[in-house]
Amino acid sequence: MNFLHVFYKEMTEQWRTYRLLIVVAVMVVFGLASPLLAKLTPELLKSIPDLPPGLADAIPVPTLSDAVAQYVKNMSQFGILLALLVSMGSVAQERERGTAAIMLTHPVSRLNFILSKFFALAVTFTISLGMAALGCWYYTLLLFKAMPWGAFLALNGLMLLVFLVYVAVSVLCSTLANSQGVAAGLAFGALVVIAGVSSLPRIGEYFPGQLFGWGAALLLGGANTAWPAFWVSIGLIIIALWGAWQVLNRQEL
Amino acid sequence: MIQIKDLTKQYGAVRAIDNLNMTVEPGSIFGFLGPNGSGKTTTLRILTGLAKPTAGSAHVAGVNVSQDAHNLPAHIGYLPEEPTFYSCMTPRESLEYIGRLHGLPSSERIARIKELLMLVGLTEAGKRRIGGFSRGMRQRLGLATALVHRPQVLLLDEPVSALDPAGRKAVLELIEQLSGQCTILMSTHILADVERVCNVVGIISRGRIIVQSPREELLNSYVQPIFELDSADIPAIQRLAELLKKQTWIASVNIEGQTARIAVNNVAQARAELLAAAMAQHIVLRRYEEMRPSLEDVFLKLVETGSVQ
Repeated sequence: MNFLHVFYKEMTEQWRTYRLLIVVAVMVVFGLASPLLAKLTPELLKSIPDLPPGLADAIPVPTLSDAVAQYVKNMSQFGILLALLVSMGSVAQERERGTAAIMLTHPVSRLNFILSKFFALAVTFTISLGMAALGCWYYTLLLFKAMPWGAFLALNGLMLLVFLVYVAVSVLCSTLANSQGVAAGLAFGALVVIAGVSSLPRIGEYFPGQLFGWGAALLLGGANTAWPAFWVSIGLIIIALWGAWQVLNRQEL
Repeated sequence: MIQIKDLTKQYGAVRAIDNLNMTVEPGSIFGFLGPNGSGKTTTLRILTGLAKPTAGSAHVAGVNVSQDAHNLPAHIGYLPEEPTFYSCMTPRESLEYIGRLHGLPSSERIARIKELLMLVGLTEAGKRRIGGFSRGMRQRLGLATALVHRPQVLLLDEPVSALDPAGRKAVLELIEQLSGQCTILMSTHILADVERVCNVVGIISRGRIIVQSPREELLNSYVQPIFELDSADIPAIQRLAELLKKQTWIASVNIEGQTARIAVNNVAQARAELLAAAMAQHIVLRRYEEMRPSLEDVFLKLVETGSVQ
């Protein structure tokens, strides 16, 4: 029951510190800009004066798949970056300020302390990605054509799962670190390690990055699936949160 | 209510608490005195379950703090030295949040919040964001949050260190009012505060309790009676000092400016003979006073000698 009180406090904090608004604003900007950029980039290129003859004709006409590719590219970069930036201070900041020590002398279990932070961040990213997706869908409809709802929803669901992997890993880093600076270093280190391992042949197929490709394929009609990466992502979230709980249990505040 | 047995806390090579043994009886206001770095805060952190002991055991309200730390919050209220809160919340919201965590029913919660805000003088600031609060206001709010659920044991770490004289007086009066309602363990290095509100005193030095006793017993047992004489005639005061040093009932004589501070071994004899000795030297006295022993004298004496009782 206390989880709901702590979660409500976390959501209040997300709202009052403008964290929720900032994440929504950034995501919505990239959601709206993706189809717009896909549509306008070729037009902008064609408008360059003194373009060599024939080159303007060689620039392909933008299609729905360009809009989707742009959306996936933007979200895979900025969504992950936001996930790290917003989550990396979650525990370290409370420990540094001393609020964690006060709160944990009240009936708040250390598990609820970690889970409430993760779920509040999960809600923040769900709302933000949902609004970005709505904007993207509408602009794509205006500039190209309607995307199938089911597949677009699946793409966003898979992207959300990737963001939550990075949120969970950042919460773990924040619990391990004794200051926000160290937490930031650890979180970016984790990002580099995951990106590095994901680029390796064979092993990379099991890492969250594959979910972007799977989502795009669902929307554009490809046959790719990435079930191993899906289950590994869920596993990573569980392991990161369990690890954060175990670390916090052993820590003195 | 609080029982500490052979408690030890080691940080690397540093032993912050060294085989500490201490008992706090129910209903008492226990003054936990010690110089900076003596282990007061570490002891309190262990009693709240925020730190784990290296060895030994501690029980608060019957709960073993090492093994059943999750059962502690219902029984304790804790005020750290520098209490911090969520700056985006108001005092009212903070107390509401803590009240909900402790499962207080809505009607009781509302009444309790109103009562506590009034008690700590934050009624007017009740709807202001905590972010703009002074340290003194945060300390008063900290006390209120520690009291929301009417804990059996109140653990206060330097509760008045950040307060102005008026705030200090108000909080000390509040602590006095709580006497009998709950057991209070209050760490401080401000001796006057302990003398004022605490009925039992424990002095800690280098992680060890060097004495634990009811306040009056402590004052009576450990303080050497002191007499003070003031005179503008400094040579006469010095002559008197030389004479007194030869007496067996005199422990020591110190002269500071125009004041002779005389420690005695035998109070009755001093009362009978000291003034007469001064008169015999034809000293014109401005002041002759038998000093009330202070906790400061006990504290300095015990901490300097480090004697264990």
